[in-house]
Amino acid sequence: MVDKIVAKDLNCWYGGVPSVKNLNLTVYENEILGIIGPSNSGKTTFLRMINRLNDLNYNFKKKGLVTLDGKDVYSLDTETLRKRCGMVFALPLPLPMSIYENVGYGPLRHGIKSKKYIDEIVEKSLKAASLWDEVKDRLEASAMKLSGGQQQRLCIARTLAVEPEVILYDEPCSGLDPISTAKVEETMLELKKKYTIILVTNNVKQASRVSDRTAFFLMGEMIEIGKTADLFLAPKDKRTEGYIMGKYG
Amino acid sequence: MLSRNFTDSLIEKLIFACGFAAIILVSLIFFFLLREGLGFFAQYNIKEFISGHFWYPTSKPAGFGILPLIMGSLFVTLGAAVIAVPVGVMAAFYISEVAPVAVRDILKSGIELLAAIPSVVIGFIGMVTLVPLVRVIFDIPTGLSAFSGALMLAFMAMPTIVSISEDAIRSVPGTYKEGALALGATKWQTMYRIILPAAAPGILAAVMLGIGRVIGETMAVMMITGNAAAIPDTIFDPVRTMTATIAAEMGETVKGSMHYKGLFAIGLVLFVITFIINFIADSFLNRVKK
Amino acid sequence: MNPKTAQKIAFSLLFIVTLLIIVPVLLIVFIIVKEGASAISWEFLFTAPKDGMRAGGIFPAIVGTLSIVLCAIAVTLPMGVMAAIYLNEYAKDNLLTRIIKLSIVNLAGVPSVVYGLFGLAVFVMFLKMGVSIIAGALTLSIMELPVIITTSRNALNSVPQSFREASLSLGVSKWQTIRHVVLPNALPGIMTGAILSIARISGETAPILFTAAAFYVPHLPRSVFDQVMALPYHLYIISTQIPNMPANITYGTALVLLVLVLAMSLAAISMRIYFRKKKKW
Repeated sequence: MVDKIVAKDLNCWYGGVPSVKNLNLTVYENEILGIIGPSNSGKTTFLRMINRLNDLNYNFKKKGLVTLDGKDVYSLDTETLRKRCGMVFALPLPLPMSIYENVGYGPLRHGIKSKKYIDEIVEKSLKAASLWDEVKDRLEASAMKLSGGQQQRLCIARTLAVEPEVILYDEPCSGLDPISTAKVEETMLELKKKYTIILVTNNVKQASRVSDRTAFFLMGEMIEIGKTADLFLAPKDKRTEGYIMGKYG
Repeated sequence: MLSRNFTDSLIEKLIFACGFAAIILVSLIFFFLLREGLGFFAQYNIKEFISGHFWYPTSKPAGFGILPLIMGSLFVTLGAAVIAVPVGVMAAFYISEVAPVAVRDILKSGIELLAAIPSVVIGFIGMVTLVPLVRVIFDIPTGLSAFSGALMLAFMAMPTIVSISEDAIRSVPGTYKEGALALGATKWQTMYRIILPAAAPGILAAVMLGIGRVIGETMAVMMITGNAAAIPDTIFDPVRTMTATIAAEMGETVKGSMHYKGLFAIGLVLFVITFIINFIADSFLNRVKK
Repeated sequence: MNPKTAQKIAFSLLFIVTLLIIVPVLLIVFIIVKEGASAISWEFLFTAPKDGMRAGGIFPAIVGTLSIVLCAIAVTLPMGVMAAIYLNEYAKDNLLTRIIKLSIVNLAGVPSVVYGLFGLAVFVMFLKMGVSIIAGALTLSIMELPVIITTSRNALNSVPQSFREASLSLGVSKWQTIRHVVLPNALPGIMTGAILSIARISGETAPILFTAAAFYVPHLPRSVFDQVMALPYHLYIISTQIPNMPANITYGTALVLLVLVLAMSLAAISMRIYFRKKKKW
């Protein structure tokens, strides 16, 4: 198992309020790591620390570090880093353009000029996100017209189009119905073969369905991490057990 | 790739420069007014300037007392404020709280239409319609008076006062209103007991900005107020404002003369007054945001 | 008094007061159209004034105003939009930003005649441009800068933050994100603001009084360093300085100015309504 992402003594604050406390965590290559926990437990902060999207918030401060393939993410330039670590957001966030333009947006902005090459990338990415069959006849239609579940898979395709190594899912199914959720989860399992995936979710069952290992966060601390089966069947910490049984929101 | 990064950072530098341009421009305006104005005060007593009763810039010896001009601006501005504040605030309440949606859109377009009419057009129409009317109604020798100017300026301040008050009224949280209405208060009682106090800082800012607009207005006042640089006894006397003095006389001065510099000194006074007004209005608006 | 009756009286009063504003506006437009329409002719629009302004047309004034306004907007629009991008996308919340914002608020409040003084001191005298199109245009562009900055900022601000995050998360650079995601979506708002600004500066008189406007120039401007006649200044002149002026020419001039300004405002407002309906998010 290769260490892909490592957090070392990571502490984060928003405007002085601690959000992540003393986090030490390793994510292995080609695994799905599920992170569960109630809201405000620091899950999303950790995720946005990896691709440095926290930098957009001027109140954000951090100590400690996160490495990608052994290199501090703050030593990489944000463009390269974010290209390597794609993100799928809690709500589907298609850009207000056509389906084709959404998927082609990343490669185009990264300097690919050949229309034919972009055509290929779009098709490949939409297929990988299992959306191709539903939209192949209307690639020029506005992405805003797709259903919520289709939009979310479009966003996954858009992320795949820039050929990342890591995909960060930030509660990707929180706005979706069960059928769409199942489709997104299906693609996740398929993508695991090529990518390293971190899945932040507050849906305990989703973590148990798809992740190889699961971590439990509470109030900014990581309480426990282990193989998904172990964590769910025999949690070591009472708080983990309580959360899994549905004691906290 | 490299060349694109280069152009990107070039554009970003340009963007930063434009951001700073605002500060530079304000300082430049102040600097140039000060440069010409201070040259004036080196030769003319500042106390004499502010409190002198006579503005005779071209006689010998010349008199540069701007008290009559200050009084002219004051009469017109206060007169306009007395009319504009209640009317504007009431209209804002009607538009945002009472009017049905269709009527509201029409009224708002009307206000926007007013904002778009150039001040010289309003001045012209005021000259041919309002001025004779004022003369006949109040039986005074000339309708070109501070009163006509105040009426006209109150009218011209409406878009500012109405639209900013309306924003303030609309930003009062809906829960305040629902709370009052749930207790059985009528819509009107809710409006003046709950919404008015809650929106007060924003409305005050609207009033300040409206007054700032009135003090700075030039063309319409110049055409309507009669252009007499004498301290008025009543609001029905002709007056001349500070702005009108600059506009009317600058064309005929010798560049660099005392008269020229004196007009810059008036500009400096106007700049400082509007600066203070805007500063206060802005702090009210910031309070609303918090 | 019964609260219901009090409410009825109060609301009627508010309505009447509101009419006090709206009715005169309509009256102004009505009077100018009614009195001015008879003056409008091909000759009036496309020839120069004659007989000491008492006959002929206003063509040089129309051309003069258009040239000043176009030069002004060409300067102020790019500068204002870039300053707005700086404030909305790059500026951190610190003392410098607060000073910049305060400066803009104060620029917006400076009386137009003081801008005229500034233009006279800086462009006409200090930079030796003389009374000219360029000096007037630069004066107007500085006057309009805070308005353009404010409307552009509002337009940029209304683009959801999530669009920026979606683009940035793909490793697209900040400027590319602004250029390809933020700006296209803010464009309708920016353009609406720009057209309203053009309308507003077309009617401004005080700032060009000593920087660009001439009493009478029979020929059309040959370069940006020429003095020109301007519509609002022309209206001021013929309505106050010239005795025995035929009324219909004065009203006609006011009508042309009003139509110019209102047509642009109307275009801007309908554009705003159109894009609001079409808005995809």
